Amino acid sequence: MSVLVNSTINGDQYEFVCEPDETLLDALRDRVGMTGVKEGCGTGDCGACSITLDGALVCSCLVLGAEAEGRKIETVEGMSDGDKLHPLQTKFLEHAALQCGVCTPGFLIAAKALLEKNPDPSEEQVRYALAGNLCRCTGYDKIVRAVLAAAKQMRKA
Amino acid sequence: MGIDTPMKDRVFKSVGTRPTRPDGIDKVTGRARYGADFNMPGQLHGSILRSPHAHASIKSIDTTKAEKLKGVKAVVTSKDFKTKGITDPDLLDIIDNCMASKTAYYDGHAVAAVAAVDAKTARAALKLIKVVYKKLKHVTDVDEAMSPGAPLINKKCFTQGVEPAPTKASNIAVRSEFGHGNVSEGFQQADIVIKRTYKTGQSHQGYIEPHACVASISPDGSGEMWVCTQGHFVFRQQCAEILGLDAAKLRVTSSEIGGGFGGKTHLWLEPVALLLSRKANRPVKLVMSREDVFRASGPTSTTSIDVKMGVTKDGVITAAEAELRYASGPYAGAWASYGAMTSFACYDLKNVKTVGLDILVNRPKTTAYRAPSAPMAAFAVESMIDELADRIDMDAIDLRIKNAAKEGTRSSYGPVYGPIGIGATLDAAKKHPHMKAPLGPNQGRGMACGFWFNFGGQSCTDLNISPDGTATLTFGTIDVGGARASMSLVVAEELGIPYDKVKAVIADTGSLGHNEMTDGSRGTFASSMSAIRSCRLAIDDMRQRAATMWDIDLDDVTWENGHAHAGGSSGSNHAPLSIADIAARAHKTGGPIAGHAQIVADGAGVSFATHICDIEVDPDTGQTRVVRYTVIQDAGKAVHPTYVEGQFQGGAAQGIGWALNEEYIYGKDGRLENPGFLDYRIPVCSDLPMIDTQILEIPNPNHPYGIRGVGETSIVPPLAAIGNAVSNATHVRMTQVPMSAPRILSAIHANKDSD
Ligand code: FES
Ligand code: FES
Repeated sequence: MSVLVNSTINGDQYEFVCEPDETLLDALRDRVGMTGVKEGCGTGDCGACSITLDGALVCSCLVLGAEAEGRKIETVEGMSDGDKLHPLQTKFLEHAALQCGVCTPGFLIAAKALLEKNPDPSEEQVRYALAGNLCRCTGYDKIVRAVLAAAKQMRKA
Repeated sequence: MGIDTPMKDRVFKSVGTRPTRPDGIDKVTGRARYGADFNMPGQLHGSILRSPHAHASIKSIDTTKAEKLKGVKAVVTSKDFKTKGITDPDLLDIIDNCMASKTAYYDGHAVAAVAAVDAKTARAALKLIKVVYKKLKHVTDVDEAMSPGAPLINKKCFTQGVEPAPTKASNIAVRSEFGHGNVSEGFQQADIVIKRTYKTGQSHQGYIEPHACVASISPDGSGEMWVCTQGHFVFRQQCAEILGLDAAKLRVTSSEIGGGFGGKTHLWLEPVALLLSRKANRPVKLVMSREDVFRASGPTSTTSIDVKMGVTKDGVITAAEAELRYASGPYAGAWASYGAMTSFACYDLKNVKTVGLDILVNRPKTTAYRAPSAPMAAFAVESMIDELADRIDMDAIDLRIKNAAKEGTRSSYGPVYGPIGIGATLDAAKKHPHMKAPLGPNQGRGMACGFWFNFGGQSCTDLNISPDGTATLTFGTIDVGGARASMSLVVAEELGIPYDKVKAVIADTGSLGHNEMTDGSRGTFASSMSAIRSCRLAIDDMRQRAATMWDIDLDDVTWENGHAHAGGSSGSNHAPLSIADIAARAHKTGGPIAGHAQIVADGAGVSFATHICDIEVDPDTGQTRVVRYTVIQDAGKAVHPTYVEGQFQGGAAQGIGWALNEEYIYGKDGRLENPGFLDYRIPVCSDLPMIDTQILEIPNPNHPYGIRGVGETSIVPPLAAIGNAVSNATHVRMTQVPMSAPRILSAIHANKDSD
């Protein structure tokens, strides 16, 4: 028996059908077409599937699609404002904070959630806030620099 | 400039700058499509059944119930692979690894696969497949596998590389030997001789994107595949052979790739997807779970290495010897030979001998992992160099400098070196402020060197000039971390046009000739060499067009800064023509302007690195913290320095994980106990400091711009650098990787007990 789910995804109203035991990650990818949300593990260990659910950062692989009923979802697809990239996206590009880029959507969402709570984080705070997101390519150096640079720019704005 | 003019004091305009990568926006907005992000109309979902046993013979497989399940469209087992006529033993191993035939060789070995209308049905069908196994004795430890009573993994395994060929089967698959001089004489000249055994755990490449593909075969024998791979041309070739297809009719498109590090150079599920598709006559999508990735795809070797080295009191290494035992999984490999070749490659040695042994064990098939086999050998040798220095009371860096290989040195694996960077990286390390920075309590500093060959090989590229004068480069190696940016820079440089007027496109296998893998750090080296050639052919063509437009002799047309210039007596009063000017008239001068190049890139140019690190060890718990880390490496010429730094940092971080934490843990039953990121813990952001980098540029004389590969060497030194740092912090010599907290603690305790 499938369930019908209504949610607001990146500001738009969506209606999708999913199985009761289907993860929100699978529903977003396979039913809604938001393939920017990545699966690296499916067990909550890599953060590639990070989204915000009513503003809270979650691993979408640990949430059921049915739980999204009536809630607000933000994914990487909704980060830029039209053709204007979010400062985090710009800084990730400028600092080469991505190599393969598969971890990037998760990092961007997690970093955005951090900066909304703490606009002026220290390097250590950035490192701990992003410790749930795995990146195997970069060694994190350029990711941390990009987040700090974006924070700085956003404080000025 | 001629077609192959090598680099000489060239001043670069575009190469060496740091523009934003052209594929970047797609990757920060979620638009980029990776392996699992693609679907074909009418596609089915595949799922693979895997052996729960470490070693078992497969008595029977009954798939009838699964086939009858509603929604199941195809089931395949090894019987569906037609191996008749295939003689290449490596290909036969690939097939057997993709689908076990008579024996399941490791926990996770595929035994059957299903394609169904949805993933849920496919998984349900797997439960209906009945496999009767007969459990066999297993062995997962590399030294145990060599011991006399060990279970024999392959009864037909007679050690290769031994004369005369052995008549008794064993788990030693391949023996290789390298070296020169006479080591026993060398040891006699030494004042100090040390012998030790080192061990390293089995690590996984740990790419964040699991393997994925969508395959489609039509009844007419043509096919298509979308796949995350490091080499779609090689995948096409191998899949075509396995399936009995014409290579030209199988069109393989490489998706964006979410990391590979060697692990995506190998076929794991692609032939299975193709077979399922052929049987079901529908496209089939197959995606590995993370658990499958760990259990059944590409880890590196676990190793056990004996090293013996001798040194005089004034610091001359007189002889060096090593036996390197590398687990290769259940199939023969060349992994130990890479270890044997690289182990002493940093040094100028009169007497050296290395023996590599590839050992069969009940673990997944070993696959390349970034500078494959070199980090373990470097761990052993670089640990011992520190110990030797300590014994003769010499600074460890000075001992290395004194014995470093240089231009003209005969390497331990044979060839004589051209201009190389080991000495330069050591000098830079010695001068680096990191070396003089004070250490805190319980902190130790370590350093180590590393070497990697770098590969060349076949590449080809197309350069097409559009009517508006912009350029498209079509190339055949994948972009795993900035390749499109680097290739665009090279084309911009060569044509003399701005970077943003170049579009670099990765071709599918139907659009370009064969290209080898992106492996062995060859991507930028080989594809840029071909791209430069393509550009120079196009420039020749454009000179000809300019001559036609001006009606002067070709010899009177020169090319400078992206323009044709009229020279000589015939044309001195013509204004220069830009590429756009020439392209606009192409329809009158011979049609579209293009340059196609195909090469076998020789002379990849070896690469060396020196790393320095500071580690803090909690003496009560054995817990470690990486305090500071510096990478110094020769890049030949850094095309895009930011991405070169990224390669240095990424390799170092992987090495740090391997050194301190990462390891396959097998239970007594031979089952993998940590097939997930929670228990196979790779470094997270809060584990690491910033990773400082210093790029040296010692041009590779064999490349027109001096480029060397940069992707791999950075993973070679960390194991030893960290081992040396931990040893210096604890005053206990570490000989086993990973240096996990309990292991360090027990080493400290054992040392106290023996005091
Ligand atoms: S896919 Fe959700 S945390 Fe890895
Ligand atoms: S850029 Fe590849 S995993 Fe982060």
